[in-house]
Amino acid sequence: MTKTIVAVILAGILTNNMVLSKFLGICPFLGVSKKIKTAFAMSVAVILVMVVATAATWPIYTYVLLPLKLDYLQTFSFILIIAALVQLIEILLKKFLPPIYNALGIYLPLITTNCAVLGITILNFTNNYNFVYSLANALGAGLGYMLAMLIFAGIRTKLEKANIPEFLLGLPITLIAASIVSLSFLGFAGIV
Amino acid sequence: MSNDKKTNKNLPCENKEQKTSKATNYKKVLFNGILNENPVLRLVLGTCPTLAITTSAMNGIGMGLAATFVLICSGFMVSLLRKIIPDKVRIPAYITIIAGFVTLAQMIVKAYLPAIDAALGIYLPLIVVNCIILARAEMFAAKNPPLLSAVDGLSMGLGFTLTLTVMGAVRELLGAGTIFGVSVLNGALPPMLIMILPPGGFFVFGILVTVSNKIAAKKGKPVKNKAGCDGNCEGCALKEAENND
Repeated sequence: MTKTIVAVILAGILTNNMVLSKFLGICPFLGVSKKIKTAFAMSVAVILVMVVATAATWPIYTYVLLPLKLDYLQTFSFILIIAALVQLIEILLKKFLPPIYNALGIYLPLITTNCAVLGITILNFTNNYNFVYSLANALGAGLGYMLAMLIFAGIRTKLEKANIPEFLLGLPITLIAASIVSLSFLGFAGIV
Repeated sequence: MSNDKKTNKNLPCENKEQKTSKATNYKKVLFNGILNENPVLRLVLGTCPTLAITTSAMNGIGMGLAATFVLICSGFMVSLLRKIIPDKVRIPAYITIIAGFVTLAQMIVKAYLPAIDAALGIYLPLIVVNCIILARAEMFAAKNPPLLSAVDGLSMGLGFTLTLTVMGAVRELLGAGTIFGVSVLNGALPPMLIMILPPGGFFVFGILVTVSNKIAAKKGKPVKNKAGCDGNCEGCALKEAENND
């Protein structure tokens, strides 16, 4: 455990980018990235849920599932915890912070079935992170998600005005653009 | 999720599914998932594992079969319980059923195929959030009898497996010069490592979608896929999110 917290966060943003190198959360990456504003709101919601979900799943796995030797229930319990948490966050925001709810509310239900959130909670244990490192990992991954979304939303705004060959219209050109963005992120390999 | 529950009648696939169910045509359902409604290339569902684990043809088969197992079992189960599950809590109920079968698949693969388990890693538990499975539960199993739903699961699973294997083979061939670990090119074309790295995944997927669109266009079928789930996945409110913006 020699990595510093900063290194874990930086790794999440650049070298182990959730979308571009781990392929998690591709659905919203392709679906909600048409406008920069939408992409930003979605990413903020993802960061929020990721950190809260990590804070909830880490103690439950370490102090409940492991001592009871129920670790095979990891997937099962995590998806239910995330689904319940998302509902809870939605209710709390609606009650106490209506402006934020109005901005993020619609993106919250989407996040339950976002593999990035479930992925990060499982990855925390694959990497043997302790509680603080897990939180840092979730924050880093969330920020990395935001970076990828914003860059990609910018590119897609340009793509809409570009003259694209007919056979590449729609999904194919989006994927090829994603390929080039992903290629540029390979340049960060080995930094952290 | 219950907040933005759309009435099923608005879904584009509704009418077609109902016709299929009336005809109870097992054969039609069986081949449906392989070409006409190929989950990856035509419905654009389950893109995450498609991109992530297709670094070799073998991984594609492993992932595809694990997902097929979950699709068949969860389709059967959801269909059996379709009249008991209340409409309001159906999505959580489906997710619970799916998570149960994914855990089962995980344990089987861990016990008998440790090499595949190591290669698939985190993507094996992530079958739980694979759009294909929830979408088929919602679009098909919830409206059709158990056996037909199991056949639909098999068909979708085979379509998924086939696509993953083809994509894995293409990436393995270009990236390492082998298919299923057997050397094919013998150095005739130097291996392009980039094809196995993440950018290659996006690129090959883009090309495969183009090819499948071309084939569909030749057969006179409209190009369905757009970036993102395009309202096919009931679990996603992506479309609504965009309209509201």
